[in-house]
Amino acid sequence: MIDLSVDLGFLKLKNPIIAASGTFGYGQEFEPFIDLNQLGGLVIKGLYFSPRQGNPPPRLAETHAGLLNSVGLQGIGVQRFSEEILPHLQKYKTSLIVNVCGEDEEEYARVVDFLNNKPGLAAYELNISCPNVKKGGLCPALKADSTYSLVKLVKRVSSRPLITKLSPNVTDIQEIALSAQEAGSDAVSLVNTFLAMAIDPETRKPRLANVLGGLSGPAIKPIALRMVYQTACCLQIPVIGLGGIFSGSDALEFLIAGARAVEVGTANMIDPEATVKIIKELENYCQKHNLKRIEEIVGTLKTNSEE
Amino acid sequence: MIKDSQALIIDKKNWGDYYLFDLKSAKIAFSAQPGQFIMVRPSAYYHPLLRRPFSLHFQHKENIQIFFKITGQGTFLLSQKKPGDWLDIIGPLGKGFSIGAEIKGKVTALVGGGRGIAPLYFLAHRLNQQGAKVKIFYGGQSRNDLPLKNKIEADGFELHLATDDGSFGFKGFITELLRQKIKKIKPFKVYACGPEAMMAEIAHLLVEEKISSEYSLESVMGCGFGVCWGCVRRIKREGQLLWLKTCQEGPVFSAEEIIWADGQK
Repeated sequence: MIDLSVDLGFLKLKNPIIAASGTFGYGQEFEPFIDLNQLGGLVIKGLYFSPRQGNPPPRLAETHAGLLNSVGLQGIGVQRFSEEILPHLQKYKTSLIVNVCGEDEEEYARVVDFLNNKPGLAAYELNISCPNVKKGGLCPALKADSTYSLVKLVKRVSSRPLITKLSPNVTDIQEIALSAQEAGSDAVSLVNTFLAMAIDPETRKPRLANVLGGLSGPAIKPIALRMVYQTACCLQIPVIGLGGIFSGSDALEFLIAGARAVEVGTANMIDPEATVKIIKELENYCQKHNLKRIEEIVGTLKTNSEE
Repeated sequence: MIKDSQALIIDKKNWGDYYLFDLKSAKIAFSAQPGQFIMVRPSAYYHPLLRRPFSLHFQHKENIQIFFKITGQGTFLLSQKKPGDWLDIIGPLGKGFSIGAEIKGKVTALVGGGRGIAPLYFLAHRLNQQGAKVKIFYGGQSRNDLPLKNKIEADGFELHLATDDGSFGFKGFITELLRQKIKKIKPFKVYACGPEAMMAEIAHLLVEEKISSEYSLESVMGCGFGVCWGCVRRIKREGQLLWLKTCQEGPVFSAEEIIWADGQK
């Protein structure tokens, strides 16, 4: 019997596969396809305090092995989530994590404060890539000091473990990750999408109404992997890796680079069974390589200097 | 009920860039409704990455059909598949056309522009079964864009044809032909699918004429089952303007609900 569980310290997952925010809706959309009990965890689509309209369409553009989106975090808000969705999801034996959004620091705190006494949640994932309305649309994720102050504030309000989701659109990912750790974050997850764009040369118009969007999918995997590797090297808290994971082999790369768990995102949209297939592939890998526990491979990258 | 499935291609026909596939997929066929769609994965690799949505063109016993035109790389790859190949599909998805019991004995007009005829063929047969009188308006740029005209006629439906270049039937847009005939036909309900401008013009005409109508909208879709929120359209519902998902709350919406592209800004 292979042990696929991973220990994040503050949370034990039955396996390292977590469905990523924004690609898994509110979870129940996947019920016709998979048994949600099989997942290590699932992250609920980003929630602001109030319902949110999101951006005008077109919101999606397909690129080479990638997907550009500017959905703009359309969603139902915490009230409807806790009344209509959460009671339904609580029956599942998987770790439920809510991706927390805010237009300013205060809103992040309000979301967490509201959810604190709602049962059945394992952790919060702090989406620090939301544009801060009061600060001219600047994302907290882009600077170490704004990351620090937001994490510090939310950590103080939160009764649950906090995972800070980092943006890759920064010069020095280690500096930002360290500031999240220093502010008390229990883990970091990375990467969110890469700021990107696509243009239709025939019309000279951007393919997204919002002009700029976030790139995800297999195209970003090598860069995401590099950033996870760099981050895992310098942090004491666990790193959750994501970015273009479509197969067990992709997931293994992140684990070997130092991620303790991984999130599967865009793959869910193309193959709603992607998460459970990846879990099976991890099990097969362990069998093939005589590993009793998947955790044995975390951070085991063999570099030349060690040989 | 939504199901993930492998469908066997059992037949394939084509006319220029237009393709008709017969797929064996009992699970999907069993619950298929006109106006619903399936998501097809055009490639097992990562380019093109996304599945492509296709309206259900017909359902018979355990078979379903899709009718499409090559418009890009995804549809090109799909067109290369052969009978005996398997397709990775998900469906049936979305909310289709409404066919109430009140439709019995009533005149309905179905207006399809180009590949927009795809869902209307299935609808025509269901309406016929429900006892409605079905009149089909089918338009395209030229005669080559009306590949299904013989099939529709052979099935016994009243058919009105139009081409932009006059190479077959009425010379001009199908909307103009509908405008000329609408007072005489007096349809109880109109269903349409085709280019956005065509549907918007029909909607404006029918609101004027106080005739109820429904439209199957097209959108780029990320998933097709409501998780990515990428395919939204501006829809007016219960007095509110909302971004609703074409894949889940649609693809069919009524004239009163749709805010057409020219009014989206």
